[in-house]
Amino acid sequence: MLEIIGKTNIDFMGKRHVAFGVSGLLVLLGLIALVQIGTGAANLGIDFAGGTAVQLKFENAIGIEQARQALSKHGLQDAELQEFTQDHKLLVRVKTEDTLEQKIAEKIVEVFQTEFSQNKFVIDSSTEIGPTIGHRLQQDALLAITISLIGIILYVATRFELRFGVAAAVATFHDVLAVLGLYYLLDKEITLLVVTALLTLAGYSLTDSVVVFDRIRENLRARRRETILNIINAGINQVLTRTLITTLTVVLVLVPLTIFGGEVLHDFSLALLLGVLIGTYSSVFVASPLLLIWPGGKGRLLSRST
Amino acid sequence: MKKIRGRLFLVLFLSVVSFYLFLPSWPGLYDRIPESVRWLIPPRGVSLGLDLQGGIHLVLEVEEERAVEIAVDRAAKAMQDLLTDKEIAFDIIERVGSLQVQIELSKEGVVEESAELIRDEFPSYFQVSKGGRIFVVELLDSEVNRIKNAAINQALETIRNRIDQFGVTEPLLQRQGRTELVIQLPGVKDPERAKSLIQDTALLEFKMLDEDNQPGLGLPVQVKRSEESSIQEKFADQVPEGSEILFEPIPDPKGGPPVFSRPYLVQKNAVLTGDVLQDARVNYTEFSEVYVGVTFDSKGAKEFGRITSANVGKFMAIVLDGTVYSAPRINEPILGGRAQITGNFTTDEANDLAIVLRAGALPAPMKTIQDLTVGPSLGQDSIEKGLKTTLIAGLIVLIFMVIYYRMSGVIADMALVLNLLCLLGALSGLNATLTLPGIAGIILTIGMGVDSNILIFERIREELRQGRPVRLAVDAGYDKAFLTIVDSHVTTLITGLALFLFGTGPIKGFAVTLCLGIGINLFTALIGTKVVFDLINRRKLEQLSI
Repeated sequence: MLEIIGKTNIDFMGKRHVAFGVSGLLVLLGLIALVQIGTGAANLGIDFAGGTAVQLKFENAIGIEQARQALSKHGLQDAELQEFTQDHKLLVRVKTEDTLEQKIAEKIVEVFQTEFSQNKFVIDSSTEIGPTIGHRLQQDALLAITISLIGIILYVATRFELRFGVAAAVATFHDVLAVLGLYYLLDKEITLLVVTALLTLAGYSLTDSVVVFDRIRENLRARRRETILNIINAGINQVLTRTLITTLTVVLVLVPLTIFGGEVLHDFSLALLLGVLIGTYSSVFVASPLLLIWPGGKGRLLSRST
Repeated sequence: MKKIRGRLFLVLFLSVVSFYLFLPSWPGLYDRIPESVRWLIPPRGVSLGLDLQGGIHLVLEVEEERAVEIAVDRAAKAMQDLLTDKEIAFDIIERVGSLQVQIELSKEGVVEESAELIRDEFPSYFQVSKGGRIFVVELLDSEVNRIKNAAINQALETIRNRIDQFGVTEPLLQRQGRTELVIQLPGVKDPERAKSLIQDTALLEFKMLDEDNQPGLGLPVQVKRSEESSIQEKFADQVPEGSEILFEPIPDPKGGPPVFSRPYLVQKNAVLTGDVLQDARVNYTEFSEVYVGVTFDSKGAKEFGRITSANVGKFMAIVLDGTVYSAPRINEPILGGRAQITGNFTTDEANDLAIVLRAGALPAPMKTIQDLTVGPSLGQDSIEKGLKTTLIAGLIVLIFMVIYYRMSGVIADMALVLNLLCLLGALSGLNATLTLPGIAGIILTIGMGVDSNILIFERIREELRQGRPVRLAVDAGYDKAFLTIVDSHVTTLITGLALFLFGTGPIKGFAVTLCLGIGINLFTALIGTKVVFDLINRRKLEQLSI
C-alpha cells in the first residue's frame, strides 16, 4: 500500500483564527476586485468591455502563431486572433486601452508592417466594437449563480443542517472571490474564459466541502461524547489523504496546462490552479471552522438519536 | 454479490451504445467509410463551437432611418385613433418625409383644438406649420436619437433571442461601430436558412380585406410572383386611399417554390400587430398539415375578440413582412385569444416562423454588409497546444493512479475511460456544440470521477487497515463512500441545473456538459467499478491490490 501520508492527527481547528485572518484578507481583496469590475475600473477583457477590431487582408498566407508572437512582442498579448478561410484575412480584436495617445488600430497596423515587411496587406476595416457579453447576459449569469447558491444551501440544509449549507456556500464564495482578488492583484484580464474557470472551481470547491462535511456528519453520529471541535478535527484528518490525492491529480493536469497550454489557455488554467489550491485550503480552514462559530445550540444533528 | 452478470451487461451495453453514438463525431470517419454502410451510423455528432471551429461571420447594419420612419408611422396611426376618439373628422393623417406627420382635417375651425390635443398626447412632436385645415408636426431631434439607439439595442436583443431559440449554442453577437452588428454562428449547416431567420423583420399584421373596392378593381385571379411589383404599379392609380395590394403565394403542386400568387386588396392600417403576441407554436391539423398557432396576450385577446365580433362574415388577411399567409373568412367572433397561421409550410419553415414570432419583430430592416466564413476565435495554434497538453496531463494522471492504487488504479482508469466515452457518446447523441467552456465542464466531471474513486479506495483502505477481509472491506468502502459521492454530486448538479436553466450562451454550454457528466459519473463510480471488484472478489482474495 503506497501512502503519501499515514494516519494524521493535526489540530486544524486550533489554527482557525489564523485562517480566518488570511481568508478575510482574500475575501476583502475579492470584494475590492468585484467593486472595481462593477465600476468598470478593473482589467476587463474584450468580451465584457468591447474594444477595437481590425480586419487585415494579406498578400500571402500568414501563420496565426507568428502573428500572435509579433503582437505579443509589442505589448498586445491580449489580442484575439481569428482567421478567415478566404483570402488570407485576419481579424484582430483588441480591447480598448485607456491610453488614448496611440490609437490601437494604428498600433496593430504598425506591428504588422514592421514584423511582416515582406507580406503586404491592406486594411479591410477598422471599427470600434461593443462587448460580446451584453448587459442581459451578465444579469442572466448573476441570476443563475444566485439561484444555484440558494439551491445548494437548501439541499445541504436538508441533508445536513442549515449551518452546513451556509458554510459550504460561504466557502465556495470565498474561493471564487479569492481567485478574482488575486487576478485583480496580478492585473490579469478578466475574460470569459476566466469566468468559466471560476464556475468550474466553484463546483470543485463545493465537492470538497461536502466531502469533509460528510465525514463530520458521520462522526457526529458515531462519537457522541466528544466535543464538536474534536469531531471536526477528526473528520478533516480522516479525509486528509483523499483531499491531498485529489488535489494532486488535479494539479498534475493543471500545471502542465498552465505552463505549456499556450497563451490563450494560460489565464484559464492558472485561475483553475489557484482555485483548486484555495478550494482545498478552504474546505479545511474555512468551511469546517464556520460550523463552530455558528450561533445557537448544538443543532439537529447532535441531538438526533440515530 | 447481487447479479453481477446483469450489471456487467449494463456497463457493456452502455459502452457499446456510447461508442456507437460517438462514431459520427470521430474526425473524418464519416467521409472515410464506404457509402454503402454509411446509413449504419448516425448522421450527426458533436459539432465544435465558434471558439474551436469558427463559423459564419455576418455583419449586419440596422437601417435606423427606417426605424424612425416606422415609429413616425405608428404615431400617425395613433393620432388618427385619437382624433377619431374625440370625434374630430379628418381627411388624411400621414407621414411626410421621414420625420413629419401631416394632419389634414375635414373642416376648418378645429385646427387649434386638434393641435392642442396632439401636443398634449404626443409631447415628442413639435409643430412646424399650421394653417387652414392642415397642420404639420415633427419628431424632436432628441427623440430621433433615442429611437435610433433603441432600435439598435432591440435588434441586438431580438436577434439574440432568435439565435438562442434556433439552437445554435454559443453564437457571438457584438455591436460594432454605431449601427452594425457582428454575428458569428458556429457550424451552421444551412447558412441561407440561418440568415433569413436573423434578418426577417417578422412584422406580423392582421389586416381587413377592402371588400368594398376589390370587385371594382378588376385584379387578376393569380399573377406570376415575378410580376407582383409591376401589378402593384399598374393598379397604383386605381387603388383607393388607405388600401394596398398584397400577395399570397400559391403553393406549387409539385412541391417546388411557389410560382404564382394571389393578389388581395387590403386596408393599409393593420387592425392588430404581432406585438400583442404571447406565444407561437408549431402544430398540426387533423390532416397533418403544419401550421403556427399563436396566442395573444390579454390585451391582444380582447382586441382580437372585439375586431372579429365587429367583422363577422368579412375576410381578414394575416400578413407577415408584407406577404399574405392566408386570408380566412371570420365565421364567428374569436374570443379565446388564439389564431392559426396556415400557409403550406414545411416543418422547418413553420419552426422558424414560430421562433421569429416568439422573439418579436425587428424594429427595422437589417442590411447585410459582410458574409464570410471565419476560423476559430481561440486560434488554431492555442487549440492544438491545449489539446496536446491536456492529453499528456491526462495520461500522467492515469499513470499516477496505477502507481498509487496498483490494480485498483487500473480499475479506476478503466472507469475514467468509460466515463469519457459515455459523456462523448451522450454529447454526440444530443448533437451538442462543444466549446471551451463545455470542455471545462468535462474536465470538472472527469476530476470528480477521479475523486469518487479516490474516496472509495481510501475508504476501502481504512476498512482493510481495521483487519476486515477483502470482500467485506470493499463492500463497506462502497457503502460508506456512497452518501458522500451522492451528496457531492447532487450539490454540483444543482449548480449545473441552475446554470442550465437561467444561464445563456457560454454558461449554458458549461452547464450541459457538467450535468451530463455528473449523471454519468454517478453511474461509473457506483456501479461501473463495483462490478469489477465483485468480479474479482468471486475468487475469495486474501489480499487486494489497492
